[in-house]
Amino acid sequence: MDVAVKTEEKGRNKIHPQKFALLAALAGIMMMFAAFTSAFVVRRAAGNWLEFRLPDMFFYNTGVILLSSLTMHSAYYFFKKGNVLLYRSLLVATLILGLTFVYLQYQGWVAMYDIGLPISGPVSGSFIYLISGVHAAHVLGGIAVLVVALLHAIVLPFKVTPRRKLRFEMSLIYWHFVDFLWVYLLIFFVLQS
Amino acid sequence: METIDKTVIAPGIDEDVLIEEFGYDDHFHDHHHGDKYQSNFVNTYIFSQDHKMIAKQFLITGMIWALIGGGMSLIFRLQLGFPEESLAWLKPLLGKWITISEAGVGKLAPEFYYALVTMHGTIIVFFVLTAGLSGTFSNLLIPLQVGARDMASPFLNMLSYWFFFIAGVIMFYSLFLSTGPFAGGWTAYPPLSALPQASSGSGAGMTLWTISLVFFVVSVLLGGINYITTVLNLRTKGMTMWRLPLTIWAFFVTAILGLLSFPVLVSGFLLLIFDRELGTSFFLNDIYVGGQALEHAGGSPILYQHLFWFLGHPEVYIIILPAMGIVSEVLSVHARKPIFGYKAMVFSILAIGFLSFIVWAHHMFMSGVNPFISNFFVIFTLIIAVPSAVKVFNWISTLYGGNIRFNAASLFGIGFVSMFISGGLTGIFLGNSAIDIQMHDTYFVVAHFHIVMGVAAMFGMFAGIYHWYPKMFGRFMNPTLGRLHFWGTLIGAYAIFWPMHYLGMAGVPRRYYSFDSFETFRHFGTMNQFITIAAIVVFALQVLFVINFFYSIWYGKKQTTRNPWGATTLEWTTPIRPGHGNWPGKLPSVQRWAYDYGKDGKDFIPQILPPQEGESEEVH
Repeated sequence: MDVAVKTEEKGRNKIHPQKFALLAALAGIMMMFAAFTSAFVVRRAAGNWLEFRLPDMFFYNTGVILLSSLTMHSAYYFFKKGNVLLYRSLLVATLILGLTFVYLQYQGWVAMYDIGLPISGPVSGSFIYLISGVHAAHVLGGIAVLVVALLHAIVLPFKVTPRRKLRFEMSLIYWHFVDFLWVYLLIFFVLQS
Repeated sequence: METIDKTVIAPGIDEDVLIEEFGYDDHFHDHHHGDKYQSNFVNTYIFSQDHKMIAKQFLITGMIWALIGGGMSLIFRLQLGFPEESLAWLKPLLGKWITISEAGVGKLAPEFYYALVTMHGTIIVFFVLTAGLSGTFSNLLIPLQVGARDMASPFLNMLSYWFFFIAGVIMFYSLFLSTGPFAGGWTAYPPLSALPQASSGSGAGMTLWTISLVFFVVSVLLGGINYITTVLNLRTKGMTMWRLPLTIWAFFVTAILGLLSFPVLVSGFLLLIFDRELGTSFFLNDIYVGGQALEHAGGSPILYQHLFWFLGHPEVYIIILPAMGIVSEVLSVHARKPIFGYKAMVFSILAIGFLSFIVWAHHMFMSGVNPFISNFFVIFTLIIAVPSAVKVFNWISTLYGGNIRFNAASLFGIGFVSMFISGGLTGIFLGNSAIDIQMHDTYFVVAHFHIVMGVAAMFGMFAGIYHWYPKMFGRFMNPTLGRLHFWGTLIGAYAIFWPMHYLGMAGVPRRYYSFDSFETFRHFGTMNQFITIAAIVVFALQVLFVINFFYSIWYGKKQTTRNPWGATTLEWTTPIRPGHGNWPGKLPSVQRWAYDYGKDGKDFIPQILPPQEGESEEVH
C-alpha cells in the first residue's frame, strides 16, 4: 500500500490508486444490481405478475438516506475545516440515520408481509425483498465503515493528514453510492409498477 | 555473481547503468528497511503480499486442481470407452460410487458419473483456467512488465488468493459428501440446481458448490480490481498505454470483463439460493417431483440461463485472452521479430472484449428463446470471427520469416495458434442457430469448446510457464522433456477431440452415462475406446510436465544471465531472483515500445534504452 501512496505524492496520478480501485469495485456492485433489475424486467414481461403498492416506508426512508448523505458530506466538510465538534457529531448523526434506514427497511418488509406478501409469495414481491435486502446488506457494509470512521474520529487525535483524508473520502464515496443506489432502485420500482 | 549476469547492451552499458541513469527514484527502499513483507516463513510463503509469490501460489494450486479435474475426466472416459470393463479396481479410490455385482464386476454409479462431469467442468473452467491462468500470470507479469513495485493493493491481492483457496477447500470437501458433489452440470441450471430433492447431488453438494463459487467470485473481483488499478495507475515513467506489452493489454481487458460479468453471476446465484432456501419462485415453475406437486409457480428457468451466460460467455474470453496475450509475447520473443500489427492486436482484444458481452444467448438457441432474438445473437457471434482472424493472421505473420527458436515455450505458442484455428472454425458452425438444431448438446460442442478454450488456453498457459519459469524460480525446466510434452500433447489432444466432431455430427449427445439403448451409436464404440486411450496418454504426459516442473524448482539448470531469452520487456531487467519491490534501486523508465526485435540490425533493444543517434523512427 505504501507503494500506491508514494506514487500519488509524486503527483503522477490524477486519482489515488485506492480510490480508483474503490470506483472499480462500485462498478462491479452496480453490475450486480443491473442484473437484478434486468431480471425483474424480463420476468415481469413474461406475465403472471402481481402488481402491488410499495410500502410507504420505502418512500419515507429515501428521505432518511438522502439526509444521511448530506450529514456525511457536511462531516467531511467540517473535517477539512478543522471543526472537530461538528465533524464528530455529524458522523454520529450519519451513523444513526444509517441504522434508522436499515430499521425502517425492515419495517417496510414487515408491512409487505402483513398485506399477504411473504417472501415465498408472488414473485414480484420476492424481487422487492431480494433487491432491497441486498441493498440493505450494502448499507450495513457502509455502517461498518462508518463505525471505523467514527472510531478514528474519536480515538485518534484530530489531524488532517493525506492518509486520513483519503480514508474519509473513500468512506464518503461509498456512502453516497449506497444512497444513489437506493434512489435508483426506488425510481426503478416506481416506474415498473 | 551480480556483475557477470548482466546483459551488455553496448560497451559499458547494461541494465543497471541504464536504470541508474534514466530510472525513476521513488525512494522505495528508504521506507522498507528490514522488509516487513518477507521476514519469516509465514509471510514469505503463506500469507505473502508479494505479487511474485502470490503468482506461484495461484499456479501451484491451479496445477493441483488441474490434476484433480483432469483425473476425473479419465474416470468418466473409462466409462465411455470401456463400458463393459470392470472398474472394481477403482473401489479403493471411489468407495461406494463403484458398485460391485455378484459376478465381481465393478460399475461406476450413474449419479457419480454426472457428478464427475459436473466437477470436471467447474474445476477446469473456474479453478484452473481462470484462477490458475489469469491469476498466475496477471500477478506475476503486471507489476514486473509495467514497472511497478507491486500491485496497487498487495493486501487485497493476498486476500484474492486466500478467497480462491477457501473456495477450493469447500469444493474439495463437497467431493466427500455421502450424497456426492453437485451433479447437475457445471452450468447449474434450475430445476436440478434449485430443488434440493431433485437429485442426490442437488442437496448439500449444490449448497457447497454455490458457496464455493461465491468465494471464488470474490477472489476474481479482488484480483481484477487490483489488476485494473495497477495497469492504469502504477505504470512507470514512460510506460504509455501504447508501449505496454500485449500480455498486459490482455490481462487488463480480462480483468475488466471479470469485473463486469462475475457480479451478474452472483445475482443469479442469489436468486437461486432464495429459490432453494426461502421457497421463492424466480426460476421454478409448476413442478412435480416423485408425483408430488411443489408450491413453486410462475418462475422462469430461462431467466437463470440469461444471467448465467451473461457471465458465461465473457468467461470464455476471460480464459482465452490471457493465453492470447502470453502467446503474442512468446511468439514475438522466440521468432526474434516484432509482433505483427501491434495496434491491430490491441484493438482486436478490445473488440473481442466488447463483443463478448452481447453474444451470450448463443448458448441458449435451443432453450426456447425467440428466434428473432437469436438472429441478433448469431450476427454478433459471427462478427467475433473478425477480430479473432486478425489475431491469427498477426501471429502467423509474426512467425513468417522469423528466426524461430523451437523450444517448449514457442512450440506451445505455435500449438496454441493451431488449436485456436481448429476450435475457432467449429465455433462458426455452432454460432448459427439453424445448425445448432442438429449440433446442440452433442459431442461436436464438446470438441469445439475443449479445443478452443480447454486445450488452447492450456497451451497458452504452458507457453507462459516454460517462458517465465526462469523468472519465477531462477532455473530452467528440462527442454527435452518440454518438447516431448509438447509433441505428445499436441498429437494427443487432436486424437482426443478431432474424432468427437464426427460423433457430434452423427448426433451423439454429451453427458450421457451409457449409449447401450441407442443402436445407432453402437458402431462408435471403437472410436470411444480410441479417445479414452488418447486421453490416458495425454494425462500421463501432463504428469510428466508436473514432475519436470517440481524437479526443476530444485534441480533445473540454473539461470546465469538476467535476460536468457533476449527479451525487451522490463521483467528481465531485475536481478535473477528479484526481492520485494522488484528492482533493488530505482525503477526503470521506459523509452520505447516492447517489440524492438531485429531493428537496425540489432537482435533486440530493451525497453529501457533511450532512442539512439541515427536510429530509425518508431513505426508501429
